[in-house]
Amino acid sequence: MSMDALLRSEEMTLCQMFLQSEAAYACVSELGEIGLVQFRDLNPDVNAFQRKFVNEIRRCEEMERKLRFLEKEINKDGIPMLNTGDNPEAPAPREMIDLEATFEKLENEMKEVNSNSEALKRNFLELTELKHILRKTQTFFEEAHQHQQALHDPSIAEERVGLLGEDPVTRSGQQNKLGFVAGVILRERIPSFEVMLWRVCRGNVFLRQAEIEAPLEDPITGDSVYKSVFIIFFQGEQLKSRIKKICEGYRATLYPCPETQAERREMAIGVMTRIEDLNTVLGQTQDHRHRVLVAAAKNIKVWSIKVRKIKAIYHTLNMFNLDVTQKCLIAECWCPVADLDRIQQALRSGTERSGSSVPSIINRMQTRMVPPTYNRCNKFTQGFQNIVDAYGVSCYREVNPAPFTCITFPFLFAVMFGDMGHGLIMFLFALFLVLKEKQLEAKKIQNEIFNTFFGGRYIILLMGAFSVYAGLMYNDIFSKSLNLFGCQWVLSPLSPEYNVITSKPEERIFVDPNGTFTGTSYPIGVDPIWSLAKNKIAFNNSLKMKMSIILGVSQMFFGIALSFLNHRHFQRPLNIIFDFIPMVVFLFCMFGYLVIMIFVKWLKYSSTSKPQPPSLLIGLINMFLFNYKDGEDNMIYSGQQGFQSFLVIVAVLCVPWMMLGKTIYQRYLKRYGQ
Amino acid sequence: MACPVLGPKCSVYYMIISVWGVIMLILMGIFFKVRSPALFEDVAVDEGEWHSQGMDLKYVKSKYDDNALNCWIAAALYALLFVFSFIQQRMNARQTYETS
Repeated sequence: MSMDALLRSEEMTLCQMFLQSEAAYACVSELGEIGLVQFRDLNPDVNAFQRKFVNEIRRCEEMERKLRFLEKEINKDGIPMLNTGDNPEAPAPREMIDLEATFEKLENEMKEVNSNSEALKRNFLELTELKHILRKTQTFFEEAHQHQQALHDPSIAEERVGLLGEDPVTRSGQQNKLGFVAGVILRERIPSFEVMLWRVCRGNVFLRQAEIEAPLEDPITGDSVYKSVFIIFFQGEQLKSRIKKICEGYRATLYPCPETQAERREMAIGVMTRIEDLNTVLGQTQDHRHRVLVAAAKNIKVWSIKVRKIKAIYHTLNMFNLDVTQKCLIAECWCPVADLDRIQQALRSGTERSGSSVPSIINRMQTRMVPPTYNRCNKFTQGFQNIVDAYGVSCYREVNPAPFTCITFPFLFAVMFGDMGHGLIMFLFALFLVLKEKQLEAKKIQNEIFNTFFGGRYIILLMGAFSVYAGLMYNDIFSKSLNLFGCQWVLSPLSPEYNVITSKPEERIFVDPNGTFTGTSYPIGVDPIWSLAKNKIAFNNSLKMKMSIILGVSQMFFGIALSFLNHRHFQRPLNIIFDFIPMVVFLFCMFGYLVIMIFVKWLKYSSTSKPQPPSLLIGLINMFLFNYKDGEDNMIYSGQQGFQSFLVIVAVLCVPWMMLGKTIYQRYLKRYGQ
Repeated sequence: MACPVLGPKCSVYYMIISVWGVIMLILMGIFFKVRSPALFEDVAVDEGEWHSQGMDLKYVKSKYDDNALNCWIAAALYALLFVFSFIQQRMNARQTYETS
């Protein structure tokens, strides 16, 4: 393997495959398992419905529909679906028929069970309602009987209902025989039902109703509803037909209710026994359904994977071409050159599995097409490669920034984060994710936020580790400083400020580094004295800004250097002359010079320097404005004015060099031939 | 067994938080006892009262000791929380074990 393997994307080649028709399925299955080829669609303008294997795909989708239906039923019952985590291979085409038969049988069984239980529940509902009617109308008729006695006295008015049954009493022109209908209606509908009856029958009917306390289950939707029993007394056939129509309109179910007490009691007993029988049957139906679903739940995940793999194989086979002899399929694919052996092995095992005698052939083709970019990653580099690809996938054989990103990304994050305590917590959290990664992966958690963190666990691990180091540099642990090596600022008892401390401890004193700083720096990190200083933030800002400029500019230089590697690899000398060199010069003249000045200022001035050292920021601004009015004491070195002016002019000249150089040169070449 | 007060995720979360709290508060208590200057701004020194005592160093030292004691008491409370949430987590685990 060449040194280029990690630096650039993999070398790819276009291959042509000749597969026997019988062996094609098995070979594609093997290639799918190793996952190293990308097939090209050789029938791009063929409609999806005109492809060769459209029937098989249709069958697969039918199977997927049945599986979805089964999954829904399993979830409705709350049965857990076993997920063993094993990865079954795609079954052979003849096994597909077995799978289809199994699914068909399961689906039919489920549908039958569901419709049966629906019918049973409807029956159950009717019987329950009848039971309630028989119970409630008992009270109505009893009242009626009492009033019947009272009505023997003709002097009493007759608004009360009564006469039913065997004892018609002739009264002054009143009803001899009252008819009645009994039924059940939803509780919400009773008021408007009553009003409608009153209006339509002109007040000549009488309604009595009683609520059913227990809610009843609607057979279709399954939710509980509250209903009431009602009984309507009327006289005459016309009223009866009107009442029946109104009941139909309000979807009240009418039940035949016997008139005599004895008959009602008999009916009630019959209804109770039938309800008990129905309950037993319903229970058994539910048990049967549960058993079927539990048996299906054991295999359903494996089946889903198998069906998906079959579908994928047929989709791939649809991309192939059938050659003139109609005997073999031709496929074109991109694959890495380094993996050709593994691919050939996969083809061989596929041909063996299908029992075909003719071997499958793969040969490389020369082409002018640009191959796809393939970066081989492991679980550590995959996260960083994803971040880099989010900004744009690199071109074929370009330098891959991902290996460098593995370190620079966490390092720059740590420069921003820089706290030992919080960095440690981040590191421990990521360490937990990394050590338990096998168990966590097997759980297949669906939470999106958790998956984001889990996918980036190596990134977070490195970020935490680097943050601990950056915290050590910034001397920051949970925003407090540690004094590990002894503070290097010592206030001697002879200085005037010392008296201030002892006599007026609450006052703040100004500590001049000239007398106080011992001269030897705190070995690692920022001196802890700064945590007590009021201008701690001002000092830290200056320090961190300068560090960020140094690190940022170095990274920019590094990026441009990588582009030089690209130009050299693709042999584009023009790019080196007209892109790389002006970019480097421009960056150096402006920011490279600033970085050098930062180092010079750090080295040249010490705590004993008398005048205030000149500000670099103001100096940079003045450099571009050619403003040197402030005179010699603001210069860091002699000849600074001339050198800086030279740098600015060179930087400005780089701009047309970059923008126009290559264009003009290429135009010149084209016009005057070569 | 009585049903647990906290759920499974809550009890594990409280356990982790209380471990962190115990370790960090014990260390902070030690740093207050040692009278580290970095923690000076967190010590509640009342200027007036300090002045009335004549800028005595003992006043500041007693304040430091108070804070150290507070930290250790808080660490003890977190330890209790850890024990409580550990029991809850055990009860939760047993419940899921029994029902499955």
